[in-house]
Amino acid sequence: MAAPMRKDEARVAATEARLAALDLPKGGFTAHARANALARLREMGLPGRRDEYWKFTDPAVLNATEAAKAALFDPKESQLFGGVDCVKLVFVDGVFDAEVSDDPVLAGVEIARLAEAGASDIHWAQELYGALEAKGQSPVVRPFAALNTAAATDGVLIRATAQAAKPVHLVYRHESEASDAILHHCVKIEPGAELTLLETGPAAARFNKVMEVDVAAGGRFHHVRAQGRDHERRAITHIFARVAEEASFKSFTLTVNGQMTRNECVIEIAGDDAIAHVAGAALGDGSYGRFHHDDTIFVTHDAERCESRQVFKKVLKNGAVGVFQGKILVKPGAQKTDGYQISQSLLLDEDSQFLAKPELEIYADDVKCSHGSTTGAIDETALFYLRSRGVGKQDATALLVLSFLADAIAEIEDETLAAEIVERLEAWLQRRKK
Amino acid sequence: MLNIKNLQVKLEEEDKQILKGVDLTVEAGKVHAIMGPNGSGKSTLSYVLSGRDGYEVTGGSATLDGEDLLEMEPEERAAAGLFLAFQYPVEIPGVGNMTFLRTALNSQRKARGEDEVSAAEFLKLVREKAKALKIDADMLKRPVNVGFSGGEKKRNEILQMAVLEPRMCILDETDSGLDVDAMKLVSDGVNALRDEGRAFLVITHYQRLLDHIQPDVVHIMAAGRIVKTGGPELALEVEKNGYADILAELA
Ligand SMILES: Nc1ncnc2c1ncn2[C@@H]1O[C@H](COP(=O)(O)OP(=O)(O)OP(=O)(O)O)[C@@H](O)[C@H]1O
Ligand SMILES: [Mg+2]
Repeated sequence: MAAPMRKDEARVAATEARLAALDLPKGGFTAHARANALARLREMGLPGRRDEYWKFTDPAVLNATEAAKAALFDPKESQLFGGVDCVKLVFVDGVFDAEVSDDPVLAGVEIARLAEAGASDIHWAQELYGALEAKGQSPVVRPFAALNTAAATDGVLIRATAQAAKPVHLVYRHESEASDAILHHCVKIEPGAELTLLETGPAAARFNKVMEVDVAAGGRFHHVRAQGRDHERRAITHIFARVAEEASFKSFTLTVNGQMTRNECVIEIAGDDAIAHVAGAALGDGSYGRFHHDDTIFVTHDAERCESRQVFKKVLKNGAVGVFQGKILVKPGAQKTDGYQISQSLLLDEDSQFLAKPELEIYADDVKCSHGSTTGAIDETALFYLRSRGVGKQDATALLVLSFLADAIAEIEDETLAAEIVERLEAWLQRRKK
Repeated sequence: MLNIKNLQVKLEEEDKQILKGVDLTVEAGKVHAIMGPNGSGKSTLSYVLSGRDGYEVTGGSATLDGEDLLEMEPEERAAAGLFLAFQYPVEIPGVGNMTFLRTALNSQRKARGEDEVSAAEFLKLVREKAKALKIDADMLKRPVNVGFSGGEKKRNEILQMAVLEPRMCILDETDSGLDVDAMKLVSDGVNALRDEGRAFLVITHYQRLLDHIQPDVVHIMAAGRIVKTGGPELALEVEKNGYADILAELA
């Protein structure tokens, strides 16, 4: 392979050490994509604290050759979305568990395991695996995504050819303290098809996940995920999406707890009249150890009359840290673009911190783009008003927190799913009553 | 019912004394009015009684049926039966009016060891009270006070009072911003609640409200003290001559 572009010895050493500790899968239809990803990774190297894109988030725990342990946490709560009829696919510490999973049978949808399909020579996912990730490496490199493409041990390959009758639900269980999981999913929504994908659970002590989503013309993809609440887990996730004409991509993420989570979302709006919405609500309480949550979003408009929205809200307490890096890039010719971005944090005390870097880069003249970022505390006047009506301080705070998150939750189209998310938020807030 | 003795209050952040020894007793079943020049401390008194932050009590006492109000959290005062209709009702985006009101009612009931009201019972209760105040269903669905006109906000305060059924109601300039018809609605709402076991402290600048809600006692507050107490005729005197005579009399 080509020599590393940067003569940064520490970086090369860290990258090689990380790779040496991995058992890279070989052969099958992904072989070529994996080899390319490995070359990409070697060229860019793992990130360091001095990299501009990592200035708010220290990648050390993600770089470490071995995953540190993360204690298991059993809140004795029922399965999120447990009441939703869906095809459940369960991964335990990153390993698919057929015993507890549903049969992967759903009309209008093909579902396969990466680890099994990988052995075959030809598969529809061949064109997708690693392709959107590779494209998403420019203009900013995303080394953990390249690492993932090269090293993913499993994942699901989902192809929707019609409107799916029910959602596919990926359940990630964390049962072993030192698990280090790398999963890679590919989702293809064929023209006019529609799918809802749910993801829930803490997954592993350390989790690296990539999901590539290709939404063809007129297709619709809904994604709702809840990243589990294990306090010590770490995660780096990437979504790479390409949205074709008149297609719609909507993704919402709830994050509660976790020592360190970085969710990157890279969306290319490639066809006219398409829609891409990405939203997130994060709740962090630093009193269980560290809480660091990073949303890094990059939306590229490369077509006309498209709409994108980024709505990110964070509630932080006891020294929790929230990061938002969000960009809207409007390419030349992407006229009539309607781009919106808002990132807000609610700091429940003075120890917590929100770091935001909102960016707009626009090369078309007839566009409407706006962005905003705010940091604030609970509104004392509103709090007093609620209390003066008899609502206890903690309940009043919880009401105000939920109202703060409302815009993000409103991005979940399905009311049942939204209601389940709100229930979890309420439970989280209740547990923090003093 | 409400007993205030030599209440002295300063601002927490500033060395500014606002209440300089307020004495006031409101008996059950009575309506007391407080009038007084701008900045005399009327709202401050209402905030201190309901437990707002930012004030420091430097002397005196305030009790509700013998219970020390000043020791309680705001929500405990509410559960004990105290209610303040705000001079400036607060907008709370994202919190629905109904959710807010139901949470408030059930929190109070829980604190008093009573059963919570069911969603259906609550809906019936609110609809009935809202109808009397001409508050439409759409307003009930909206976030608390968001986008409400000045008069709508005041009516919403009275709706909350009607639903929560407090024993000691403090109304801080509930008449300001109301048109003539709304003034009548609000007054009717208040009069409907008049009861042997309930008392009102009505802060106002105008006789007009007192035409509708006839007070038993009228107090004049000036520079942080109750400087004069009398019957309904005192309000008429203020209406006619302003405060100059009363204040001159005291000087
Ligand atoms: N938080 C505060 N910070 C600074 N000054 C305050 C504060 N609260 C009250 N004051 C001052 O205390 C005095 C009394 O205010 P208050 O609002 O109680 O008057 P009021 O009698 O209700 O007047 P109005 O008739 O105009 O409503 C005023 O001089 C006011 O400026
Ligand atoms: Mg006032």
